[in-house]
Amino acid sequence: MMKAIRSIHAPDAKLTMAHMYVAFAALFVGASMGLLQTLERSGKFTLPFGIGYYQILTVHGVVLGLVLTTFFILGFMVAVQSKTAGKYTSGERKWGWAGFWMMTTGVITTTIFILLNEASVLYTFYAPLMAHPGFYIGLTLVIVGSWLEGFVIFRRHARWRKENPGERTPLLSFMAVITMLMWLIATIGVAATVLLQFIPWSLGLVDSIDVLVSRTLFWYFGHPLVYFWLLPAYMAWYAIIPKIVGGKIFSDSLARLSFILLLLFSIPVGFHHQLTEPGIDPFWKYMQVILTFLVVIPSLMTAFSLFATFEARGRELGGKGLFGWVKKMPWKDVRFLAPFIGMLWFIPGGAGGIINASNQMNQVIHNTIWVTGHFHLTAATSVILTFFGIAYWLVPSVTGRKLTAKMNRLGIIQTIVWSVGMAIMSGAMHWQGLLGGPRRSAYSEYLGNADTAAWGPYQLAQAVGGSILFIGMIIMLIIFVNLAFFAPKGEEEFPIAEVSEDAGETPKVFENWKLWIGVTVALILFAYTIPFIDIIQNAPPGSKGFRLW
Amino acid sequence: MKMHRFEEIWLVLAAGVIILSMVVTGYQTFALGMGPPSNKETIDPQKVDETAPFDEPGVYQIGENEYEVVMTLQIFSFNPGDIEIPAGSTVHFTMTSKDVVHGFQVAGTNLNAMVMPGHIQKITQKFDKPGEYLVLCNEYCGSGHQLMSTTITVK
Repeated sequence: MMKAIRSIHAPDAKLTMAHMYVAFAALFVGASMGLLQTLERSGKFTLPFGIGYYQILTVHGVVLGLVLTTFFILGFMVAVQSKTAGKYTSGERKWGWAGFWMMTTGVITTTIFILLNEASVLYTFYAPLMAHPGFYIGLTLVIVGSWLEGFVIFRRHARWRKENPGERTPLLSFMAVITMLMWLIATIGVAATVLLQFIPWSLGLVDSIDVLVSRTLFWYFGHPLVYFWLLPAYMAWYAIIPKIVGGKIFSDSLARLSFILLLLFSIPVGFHHQLTEPGIDPFWKYMQVILTFLVVIPSLMTAFSLFATFEARGRELGGKGLFGWVKKMPWKDVRFLAPFIGMLWFIPGGAGGIINASNQMNQVIHNTIWVTGHFHLTAATSVILTFFGIAYWLVPSVTGRKLTAKMNRLGIIQTIVWSVGMAIMSGAMHWQGLLGGPRRSAYSEYLGNADTAAWGPYQLAQAVGGSILFIGMIIMLIIFVNLAFFAPKGEEEFPIAEVSEDAGETPKVFENWKLWIGVTVALILFAYTIPFIDIIQNAPPGSKGFRLW
Repeated sequence: MKMHRFEEIWLVLAAGVIILSMVVTGYQTFALGMGPPSNKETIDPQKVDETAPFDEPGVYQIGENEYEVVMTLQIFSFNPGDIEIPAGSTVHFTMTSKDVVHGFQVAGTNLNAMVMPGHIQKITQKFDKPGEYLVLCNEYCGSGHQLMSTTITVK
């Protein structure tokens, strides 16, 4: 029997795995709710025990959008930082655990109040729907816990710089810092609305809430939230996948530049979720639309770098002609296949995102199920398939086990099942949305007219897709449990790519954090100061709370 | 920092397409008045029934082929409902919410607006094609959200 060799310092590996257990438990709960939702909306199935559609929709959103993602991302970043910058000190690790337990306590608290049917407000918790204060307090703990872990990541990076003066910092550690910096700046918005508005109001300390202020603060956070999901996937695409295909990172400096651009342009754009709202000046909506379009640049830089890496490697292996290199990619290696399929899905996903953000075009699809279809391509396919692709090697690598050929094969099946299920479900959602079908609505025949009747087949297709995705989720859990507890002991590679010799020097300015934080804050102040003052100065009398479920 | 020649071309093209999108979007919004609904008037959400024009919701003819619909949204209905207008009319909707946030969407048109307590929302549409249009709430507003609907009949 082989000896178990962990690829990172054992106590750091335990911290990573603790996050993974919560993340995959969340996957099970959240995806099960997703199945029930698609079945309910098909009109062929009624939820048992009087469970409300909006209650399980709240569970689905909170548990997948906030819990699965945040826990997976932090666990992943702890592992890559420990690997590339070196292990944490015991003090740093203690703060990491404190953050983990705070987040976990928050998740449990929030979940209890949702299950008690005290908080069927969906994960966006728009005022003046008012949940039990425990729901908001639980969410606060999740956010504050993630801050503690963010500070651990900042500290480890700073310590590396002190230990290695003048040297180029490890790319993945740099990217982890950008990701957590964006998260920290963005979550200030949601923390402000929850602590200053929702908690005092739900406790009855104040009578009313300013609805537009709360929505604006939420979406100041809500858009960078989706980039917080995406950046760790980009980390894997830039710095890990090249190693798996046997190639090198196309350019260290371009990778860093695109992360900096993502930091700058992913926060001052929240109005593009509020384009059809009253009370926000049209000029400032348009300014934020412009800033939103700018995020396309780093995404297209990323696409170029990745395909350049693949093509360069494919040619090195003897690929001839324009597309001969495609055949040379390791298609049978799930560590490559899953994230690669994720990248492909990002092409229609990203294009749909530009439609959503295009000011007046937003009116065509706003709050239709098109939007649900959109983020099930970007978040629930591109990002999640990449996260699965990471888990296949990360879990055995940090626990001292092997990714066996059998699990690799099962992973390939998982990737195909997920893609097929999502193509059906998300495709049907997009079409139904264009026909006017609303998102976040239980099954309804409305007034039984022709419009509604036309939606029926699409809702059935969503139930078929949802059922296939449920099977995909079960396969993923089988693989996760196998890799975490039953796979043979041994040593699994922790793939970290090197930078290509052809790549140029990385400019020192990229590590000038004061500059980048300064520019980020300046852009946020530019995009938000005037319209936010306007919103507050012209605020109507506030709203009292409503419990309507 | 050096960049690959092809990458420069790629990024220049990308930037070009994006700038073009910005210009087209801006032109449509500000020159053609096609921007999304962004009315900035406010109202006391507790006193909607006592505040004009919402003290008398209804359909009002304000010109030849031109109508104003003064509408309140509340759980889980639109007031007035079952609206009838002649084909070819331009309809100006003036709306507010008496409780939580609602959505106003008319399937088969570009009518799509958030209607929020404390705010008066306005949106305009010309109805050329006769038929029965479905109006629905597209923002979750409580357990009866999926029942919140009515019709606009264009004759």
